[in-house]
Amino acid sequence: MTSLVYGTIYAAVAVFLIACLVRTLRYARAPLHLRWELYPVAHEERRRAQYGGSYFEELDWWTQPAGFNLLGELKVMAAEIVFLKGLWEFNRKLWWRSFPFHFGLYLLIAAILLLLLSALLVMFAPGLMVGAVGMLLHWLYTLSGLAGAALVMLGALGLLHRRLTDQALKTCTTPGDILNLAFFVVTIGVLAAGYLFRGPASPSTLTVVVGLVTFDSSVGIPGLLAAGLILGSLLAGYIPLTHMSHFIAKYFTYHSVRWDDQPYLRGGDLGRKIAEYLAYRPTWAAPHIQGDGKKTWAEVVMTNPAQRVKK
Amino acid sequence: MTKKVKLEDMSRREPEPLIHLDQEELMRLPPPLDDRSKDHAWSPLSAQVREKYECSLDDTCAVSVPQPRTKEEEEQLVKKFLSGLDKLFTRENNWTFLQPLLLTMEHCARCQTCSEACHIFEASGHNELYRPTYRSEILRRLYFKYLKGGGLLSAWQHGDITLNWPLVARLIELAYRCNLCRRCAQTCPIGADNGLVVHELRKLFSQEMGIAPKELHDTGSMLQLKVGSSTGMNSVVVKDNLEFIDEDMSEKTGLEVKTPWDLEGADVLLIHNAGEILAWPENPGAFAVILNAAGIKWTLSSELAGYDSINYGVWYDDAQFARVAVKHAEAARKLRVKKIVLGECGHAHKALSVIADRILTGDLNIPRESSMTLLRDIVMNGRIRLDPSRNDFPVTLHDPCNMVRLMGVVEPQREIVRKICPQFREMEPHGVDNYCCGGGSGFAIMSGHNFPDWRFQVAGRKKIEQILNAFGDCLDPSIPKYLCAPCSNCKGQFRDMLAYYGLWENQRILYGGLVELIVNAMVDVKPGFIEWEWR
Repeated sequence: MTSLVYGTIYAAVAVFLIACLVRTLRYARAPLHLRWELYPVAHEERRRAQYGGSYFEELDWWTQPAGFNLLGELKVMAAEIVFLKGLWEFNRKLWWRSFPFHFGLYLLIAAILLLLLSALLVMFAPGLMVGAVGMLLHWLYTLSGLAGAALVMLGALGLLHRRLTDQALKTCTTPGDILNLAFFVVTIGVLAAGYLFRGPASPSTLTVVVGLVTFDSSVGIPGLLAAGLILGSLLAGYIPLTHMSHFIAKYFTYHSVRWDDQPYLRGGDLGRKIAEYLAYRPTWAAPHIQGDGKKTWAEVVMTNPAQRVKK
Repeated sequence: MTKKVKLEDMSRREPEPLIHLDQEELMRLPPPLDDRSKDHAWSPLSAQVREKYECSLDDTCAVSVPQPRTKEEEEQLVKKFLSGLDKLFTRENNWTFLQPLLLTMEHCARCQTCSEACHIFEASGHNELYRPTYRSEILRRLYFKYLKGGGLLSAWQHGDITLNWPLVARLIELAYRCNLCRRCAQTCPIGADNGLVVHELRKLFSQEMGIAPKELHDTGSMLQLKVGSSTGMNSVVVKDNLEFIDEDMSEKTGLEVKTPWDLEGADVLLIHNAGEILAWPENPGAFAVILNAAGIKWTLSSELAGYDSINYGVWYDDAQFARVAVKHAEAARKLRVKKIVLGECGHAHKALSVIADRILTGDLNIPRESSMTLLRDIVMNGRIRLDPSRNDFPVTLHDPCNMVRLMGVVEPQREIVRKICPQFREMEPHGVDNYCCGGGSGFAIMSGHNFPDWRFQVAGRKKIEQILNAFGDCLDPSIPKYLCAPCSNCKGQFRDMLAYYGLWENQRILYGGLVELIVNAMVDVKPGFIEWEWR
């Protein structure tokens, strides 16, 4: 059983990482698109960022030094990532469900990282884990894990309830949407039950993690907890295969679309990329384009369909 | 109560529209338009129109797609649609927007946060058909089914949809029930963009199937590329008209007004929306007065498209968009001007300054600037003498989406009106949170069949509410009020919509541009530039 659990975790981590990488590369390698920004842009100069202004408000803006308000951007990002500020602003009803869910996931991730750190300390600096540091870490990952699980459960149930009862969501809801949330509820439920009812003889959480890191299959994981860990692993491997991987997408939707206000300056990398794209050969078939796969975009653009000579 | 439409209804074979818009269900307007018994009756589509065109979406018809005559023709059209769908997701055909489109297709959580931000959805009384995610979800399902392998698992995860001609025909119309204001995108917690989906759908229909509203394509971008302007004016006619405007302005202002043409090496190439020249000649006239008084070395161009800043391709077709943008840049390059300044036209601002930025390469990338910025510099730095008491009437400011939310030009026009209009009041919300006038994405020039009814009663409804609220303290026909809209398309919508609701006749709400307010306050100009006459 333990080998199955550890094997599933290893496999899930691999699937998770590979799927995230593939998705990230797919978006990152997509061609540079035409500008499509949306204001406010967070890295604008502080005063302008507050009301949504842009450098276009400056007279002869191209002669002004290009500023990048990194602090402003980081502040907006932090509020969005940690507190889901946009949702708080635009959909308060959903925020009360979505925030505990996401914050709970952050706590669970923190618990996992703390457990991994503890396991490494057990292996390489066991002396440290005997004293106060070990105690502190124990309480941190325990509390973080329990609070995280409780919040995820609360949020997932809230989201599931809304998904099933809110008429506004009905039109676009698919069976997959329901399953995704149910998957979280069941996984957290089984994991929590496995942890809480694990019995006095069962190994500690840290022992299970040390076993995972050291490939020690002699650790006797109780059945219910094992089921929870397998479910959790499957869930982790499933997420990046679905739209729930929006933690990847959101980087691009913000940094490469909404906030991408980089102007074209002659030469430079932007110019090289655009030259490459203008050499693409479109096949759009409408009469005013007649993309035959031979003409390049540049040639299409330089053709005037309203002044074509009739033969 | 209208029956709630489902996604699968889009494929219904029956020719009856999916919904009927009951005026009782539309968002309630504030006084004096709160009496539903005085509502405009919605003109029904004639039986002839219904027989000839695809009108099976709702109570109106924007695109006028002819009904296919045979089953084979239907199948051909569906095939074309599928081939366009495929092209929409390839680098070679759609490098221009592939990345944001993929992100939106693959990551919408269907949480509906965007819906409440949409003025059309709200004004329609929350009609499901106009929910921003409704059309996106159709495209998403088609994408997963036909381009990502489909199958049972996909249908279960992403939802299923039946592709047939009725669905395509309805989708064509539905792509023209959105103003592309992207207010929905602003609220999306993930950054998905339903406005972009509309843009891409329109592209698919135009670039692959050759289907677009004639006002945008035939008499829009094609006419502009043929004679130089979608108004039909060639360079000789436009020069004649400007000469007449110069004379008229000279008489009206008491200053000698002369519009320079094709002045090589000028600091500024000003490009107007040529619609102004015909519909609101005082606007280009006022620009000339201000620029001359401020001592700017400026010019207009008589090159093909160089005197008309419109670029309708930005709403429906990348090729047409790029062609017109290049023509604008070529006009500037030929005159060796230092910069292009865009007149009061929102979509022209965004098209040439923002979206064309990565098309205009090399020496075509001539700096572009908003007239709002230049005017702010002139007004705030005392380059002309102004007397704000000449503008002592209630003024509110409309934010054109393309200029504000989509380009970030928010404050310059505000600084001006705050300085020269003592009774200025904001609409709520305003700035980047503004609502579209309802004429955005080409609607202001689309008037086929009964489309104006939809444009005013649904698309423009939220803006009417905002205008009435902004003037709530002076809704008295004896008080003239000025709705400042620094955008030609918005003005076109206001002209038609204020008349439709009788708001000039009964409430003396006049619309106009920003430069008219500036000239009206100029000390060196004869008083009374704004004439308080309807046009």
